[in-house]
Amino acid sequence: MIWAAVLVCGIGCYLLKLAGLSVPPKVLEHPVVERIADLMPVALLAALIAVQVFSSPGDDGPHLVVDARLAGLGAAVVALLLRAPFIVVVFVAAATAALLRLL
Amino acid sequence: MIDRRIARDGIAIGVASGAYGVSFGAISVTSGLSLWQTCVLSLLVFTGASQFALVGVLGAGGSGLSGAATGLLLGSRNTLYGLRLAPLLDFSGVRRLTAAHLVLDESTAMAINRDTRETARAGFLWTGGAVFVLWNLATLLGAVAGDRIGDPRTYGLDAAVGGAFLALLWPRLRDPRNRVVAALGAALALCLVPLTPAGVPVLAAGVVALGMGLLTRDAVDPTELPSESDLP
Repeated sequence: MIWAAVLVCGIGCYLLKLAGLSVPPKVLEHPVVERIADLMPVALLAALIAVQVFSSPGDDGPHLVVDARLAGLGAAVVALLLRAPFIVVVFVAAATAALLRLL
Repeated sequence: MIDRRIARDGIAIGVASGAYGVSFGAISVTSGLSLWQTCVLSLLVFTGASQFALVGVLGAGGSGLSGAATGLLLGSRNTLYGLRLAPLLDFSGVRRLTAAHLVLDESTAMAINRDTRETARAGFLWTGGAVFVLWNLATLLGAVAGDRIGDPRTYGLDAAVGGAFLALLWPRLRDPRNRVVAALGAALALCLVPLTPAGVPVLAAGVVALGMGLLTRDAVDPTELPSESDLP
């Protein structure tokens, strides 16, 4: 039973990835499709950041919380405004949250 | 030099995801999956959100079918990433079949803010490859060690994920329309968090991209990559 779930999910997830990569270039050359495809990662990544920072799994399902992760994101914004390299931004976000939890 | 920086950033993302791979391995075996099932899951599914959802449903006593369905729902955002990546990476044949497995939040984010096809491919492959190796090694480690490793939140690793994705999205936020799309997408997702199963909020944000793409006309985005015809 578990093996079936593992295999179905594995094969299905791979085919979902392949499907996107296999859309013919002709379709994607249409200006509207091109615009949507271009905006898609922006919308999804922004949503992903918001959910990563504010969502917390609870007994009655996921809910929104403000905790040390928001401070970490704020520190990342400051680092980005100061033009810090990628690794520094990630480290600053983690260190800020870790320190805040230590207090 | 640029390639070395891309490789370094890709490996850094791999290390950060590895920390989550350890917790995935630990959670998976405590949810009732065997060591082998856990490792095959990371090798085959290779999409963190889908894997956490699958073992979450199984661990909570759900059926294998509903677990797999939830995992697939979460995996469908990779299809949307593929739409953007297809013309950018321009892989075909065996290379496309291989690259498809590496389509992830991380590898997409590292590919879309590049100026040339070469650097987009480098960003995609270094990040996807590094995450694949480290995610799977970390899964094995977590599955063997179980819950003796401790909570990744102690090291602020949950905040590192948000920071990393923000850093990757940052260059594209210079464009006003992208800023609007990002803000609306984030707001919509947050509204849906308490109302929908995990994974739906992020996927639903795609509606914002859809609407904005249909409603706006100005095609020129200064932060956008050169289109197919501009690329060497």
